[in-house]
Amino acid sequence: MTETMVALYVFVLACFVGYWVIWDVTPSLHTPLISLTNAISGIIVVGAVLVAGFGDEFTVELIGFVAVTLAAINIFGGFVVTQRMLAMFKKKK
Amino acid sequence: MQLGSQTLALAYLGSAALFILGLKGLTHPASARRGNYYAIAGMALAVAATMLSPAVKSYAFIIAGGVTGAVIGTIVALRIKMTAMPQLVALLHSFVGLTATLVAIGTYLTHARAGAPGGVLMAELFAGSFIGTVTCTGSLVAFAKLQALITGRPLVFRGQHLINLLIALAILGLGADFVLHDRFASLLLLTLLALVLGVLLILPIGGADMPVVVSMLNSYSGWAAAATGFTLQNNLLIITGALVGFSGAILSYIMSRAMNRSIVSIVLGGFGGGAAGPETAAAAAAGKGVKSAAVEDAVFLMGNAAKVIVVPGYGMAVAQAQHALKELMETLEAKGVSVKFAIHPVAGRMPGHMNVLLAEADVPYDHVFEMDEINPEFATADVALVVGANDVTNPAAKTQKSSPIYGMPILDVYKARHIFFIKRSMKPGYSGVENLLFYQDNCALIFGDAKHVCERMAVELKSA
Repeated sequence: MTETMVALYVFVLACFVGYWVIWDVTPSLHTPLISLTNAISGIIVVGAVLVAGFGDEFTVELIGFVAVTLAAINIFGGFVVTQRMLAMFKKKK
Repeated sequence: MQLGSQTLALAYLGSAALFILGLKGLTHPASARRGNYYAIAGMALAVAATMLSPAVKSYAFIIAGGVTGAVIGTIVALRIKMTAMPQLVALLHSFVGLTATLVAIGTYLTHARAGAPGGVLMAELFAGSFIGTVTCTGSLVAFAKLQALITGRPLVFRGQHLINLLIALAILGLGADFVLHDRFASLLLLTLLALVLGVLLILPIGGADMPVVVSMLNSYSGWAAAATGFTLQNNLLIITGALVGFSGAILSYIMSRAMNRSIVSIVLGGFGGGAAGPETAAAAAAGKGVKSAAVEDAVFLMGNAAKVIVVPGYGMAVAQAQHALKELMETLEAKGVSVKFAIHPVAGRMPGHMNVLLAEADVPYDHVFEMDEINPEFATADVALVVGANDVTNPAAKTQKSSPIYGMPILDVYKARHIFFIKRSMKPGYSGVENLLFYQDNCALIFGDAKHVCERMAVELKSA
């Protein structure tokens, strides 16, 4: 199998996992679900880090810098706001 | 210290598992916070492992970007009002999109220096840049609509879909040129076109379809991450992208089903904000008047009720009435009245919007019910109080085949003994369809600002 084929396997299987996990999410938490998925899609920072740390050409590193900044806003913004929302969901005292 | 490729892959596997556990935590409010911690741990692990990988040669830009982003993100997240959550989410989606585009272009440049990139990689870069850019500008338009920077009404013009199609074809053509002839200019040009396409795609979609749009862009941002994963041969990005992509897709499906409309018709846009339909005439012909009631009437009936069901909608968010409603709930409960909240899946501007606002106002989540759970209970409710919702309570969706909202699942408010509807004016709901509920004998309208009316209700109840 080529690497791309392996990647395709991983992708399709992950789609199934996503399908089952997400259907289990309670509708009352759909907004936190969106903000949490927003935070974890910040994982794209991995790609941004590789570009920013390329260490050879200023233009490339600058593109990487902007990408890392944006992804970091997503990660921190997403997790913090999810935390804030989830802390509000309380049972009756 | 530098990590070998095996250790790195193992760390990524661990972080993918943590992300899945994190999402799984959202199955119930009690386990949700733990879920968020899992996801944070997964992210920390992934970032740390990447930083230690031998491919990273310089750290200055990474640390500068990371710190800047962390500060901005944290401050915004701590300050944002809960009612503004849909805007924030839309804005964050646009960042994911833009990051995907930048990473695609950056990756091309790094690979081009190392020699000619292969055709598969180029195709993946094309996909990453295209999806990322559409997500970015589409989300920015959604943000502008939600923030009321531009009108929330659908913006339609003739030949709109044809233009979108032509742009999409041009993008495909340029993509092929980029992949086959390694022309960097084509990649840049198609990215520019994708900027325009993102804007054009979201402009025709109206305000009340925003729950679907927000979910859809959520999904796109996931696919953008997955495409980036393919370019970088990074399984963690692929897995995460697929999870997020599916999450958004499922939410879009749930939302469109709750409106009884196909995703395609929502994406094509143009729904809502139109003139009142033929129902107005039908209702007028029936010769029935609309009754209005004073706050005191509603207070009297609610105070003597055994069960009150409150139906909040977007109007509650606009009027910031959630705290006043909580006050009303507590006053009623002190008098021995059972109070429940009924949430329609598309109430508000994003999935779960109402739940978050009620949680913000300290309404316990075991008082808040989804449509299917609460619908059988309306028949035994003494009073249904509708606060800023409209279309989702309209029995025309069940009875009038000619109605544009026919077939949409609704909250069975019409079955309650008495119905009070807090409304600012007689304006019809978003769909432009008049609510048949208003002409029912047991329904009365209370005109006024939702927050103000609810506050007065609580005060009157206390003194009664």
